[in-house]
Amino acid sequence: MPVKKFVVGNFDDEAVLFPAVKKVRRAGYKIHDVFTPFPIHGLDKEMGLRDTSLHVAGFIYGITGTATAVGFITWALTIDWALNFGGKPYFSLPAWIPITFELTVLFASVGMVLTFCWLCQLAPFVKKDHFNPRSTDDTFVMALECTAKTNEQDAINFLNGVGAKEVSVQYRETGWWLGRYDKDNMKFEKRELAH
Amino acid sequence: MSLLRYESQVRPPLVQGNKDYHQVTEDICRPVEAKPSKLWWIGFLISVAFLGFGIFSVTMEVMYGTGQWNLNKTIGWGWDITNFVWWVGIGHAGTLISAILLLFRQGWRTGVNRAAEAMTIFAVMCAGQFPIWHMGRVWDAFFVLPYANTRGPLWVNFNSPLLWDVFAISTYFTVSLLFWYSGLLPDLATLRDRAKLKWRKFFYGVASFGWTGSTKHWQRHEALSLVLAGLSTPLVLSVHTIVSFDFATSVVPGWHTTIFPPYFVAGAIFSGFAMVQTLLVVTRKVLGLEEYITLEHIDVMNKVIVLTGSIVGIAYLTELFIAWYSHVDYEWFAFSQNRVNLNSPYGWSYYIMMGCNVLSPQIFWFRKMRRNLLLTFFMSILVNIGMWFERFVIIVTSVYRDYLPSSWSTYYTPTIWEVGFYLGTFGLFFTCYFLFSKFFPVIAVAEIKHILKRSGENYKAKMDGVENQSFDDFSHDHGHDHGA
Repeated sequence: MPVKKFVVGNFDDEAVLFPAVKKVRRAGYKIHDVFTPFPIHGLDKEMGLRDTSLHVAGFIYGITGTATAVGFITWALTIDWALNFGGKPYFSLPAWIPITFELTVLFASVGMVLTFCWLCQLAPFVKKDHFNPRSTDDTFVMALECTAKTNEQDAINFLNGVGAKEVSVQYRETGWWLGRYDKDNMKFEKRELAH
Repeated sequence: MSLLRYESQVRPPLVQGNKDYHQVTEDICRPVEAKPSKLWWIGFLISVAFLGFGIFSVTMEVMYGTGQWNLNKTIGWGWDITNFVWWVGIGHAGTLISAILLLFRQGWRTGVNRAAEAMTIFAVMCAGQFPIWHMGRVWDAFFVLPYANTRGPLWVNFNSPLLWDVFAISTYFTVSLLFWYSGLLPDLATLRDRAKLKWRKFFYGVASFGWTGSTKHWQRHEALSLVLAGLSTPLVLSVHTIVSFDFATSVVPGWHTTIFPPYFVAGAIFSGFAMVQTLLVVTRKVLGLEEYITLEHIDVMNKVIVLTGSIVGIAYLTELFIAWYSHVDYEWFAFSQNRVNLNSPYGWSYYIMMGCNVLSPQIFWFRKMRRNLLLTFFMSILVNIGMWFERFVIIVTSVYRDYLPSSWSTYYTPTIWEVGFYLGTFGLFFTCYFLFSKFFPVIAVAEIKHILKRSGENYKAKMDGVENQSFDDFSHDHGHDHGA
């Protein structure tokens, strides 16, 4: 991923951030992302992000778990090695409900967490550029991407106008790389600016 | 849209004191960033010592076989399975608090959920030890897994409750761990970004998976938490239901009852909350988190204890009544002679169970008692003693007298290695808890910030104007967009 130029506004109150996001979008600036210390309900809608389909993925994983359990137990106990347990039918579905349920939950949970990590690019030793380390503490950070048409000074003034406490211009890597947070290593540091 | 987060002032604040977001971070991260105190070291070393003794006891059992335990021909399950069920039960509170209370939108869960979830995971780890080492030939433990083996392949018995248990406990452990850790990611990132020391930056950097707090990530995180909560809710109910099936599907008098699943689940919540109280009453004091785990939290959890304790009490009386009403001689004998009869060999354990689980929690009908920390701590221990005896009563008093009087067993007392194994799991549990409370934030930082402006004391105090407003004015001010 390329290194890009951003105008970064820091807000200290979500009540200021919310209308600011709306105004910034109305003014036609491209919001790269907003980093917040905790989830703010409705902010995703305000930024025009579409709903996540993670729960759909979870449903598919769950169904896979159900099918795996029923299919495997049926095959093992009726076809592969049919055992007679006290004269009960080989295909004794009610007795398989507990395991079927557990596997449904297991597949759905593990699948969803892995998908979540994949989509958000989260894993041990993954490092990402951070606009402001206080965005995991008490600061709400809005990063505007500078496109070819963006007037930098205008963007700074605009962010100041909508209530940002502090505005800066930063060059940041937008992707992730393998690295450690105790070392200042950056795999793509030789990359030049995208535009 | 309106950004007003309003909660009636009648409801007591969940975060006390004059807090802002940064202060919340400071308060909760301070104990993690401080050097461990002398008290911490003492507690930790005692736990490790217990763990060591436990490992030694298990080694003795593995080297010389389960004959090292005093199990005999009718009491095939003694302390080991009693301890297993006890620990699994304790391991239910965390998921209940984090999942079911999330679905019920209970704001107070944010103060206690992280520690309770951690406790759940450690308790399930302890529980898992007992069935595994009880196998005797523990190197064959993998036989419980359905893998393609060279004996046919001969599959495991999918119709057996003991196999359901294998799936239930392992699924429960996995899902609880994922739920807990995915919730921890943002807080670990907070610690990472605050870190000054090199090893902290490294450790929390690796542990936080590169979390940044991007809005899209939060959106997915919320979806994930909600679905995991939805999945964990039936899961947590299923786990203890399946544990109760270990007994209920057998034809042993005293075990063969349909009331077992709800009765076990209520008991699990009961003992789990008691353990949460034991830990948090101490943790909040030692780590100085009284403003986050307030008396209100303790009060609410004591209400859950009196509720579930009473449900358990009704279950005890119901099974006693049904044993008499069923006119089944063996069932009635198991209850009237093996349990209720105080002069029978184990009669005393039935009364300890009744006293600790049914009578003693009734004190929590009084608000003053629910808010008494010393009493809460004492009661939480008492409840867990009672719940241990519940499992002991169910297991031992049902099996020590067989259908055939000539095969009735002699009085069962555990050997030092059985006791040592049990103490060892305490060592494991508290070693893990001490490490957790030192290296991880014991309160969910991001979740506290999320409720701060609604339930924080200083923010609630500012709501006087809103509180006195008429409904029409309120809806005019906040019901629609003023184009801000």
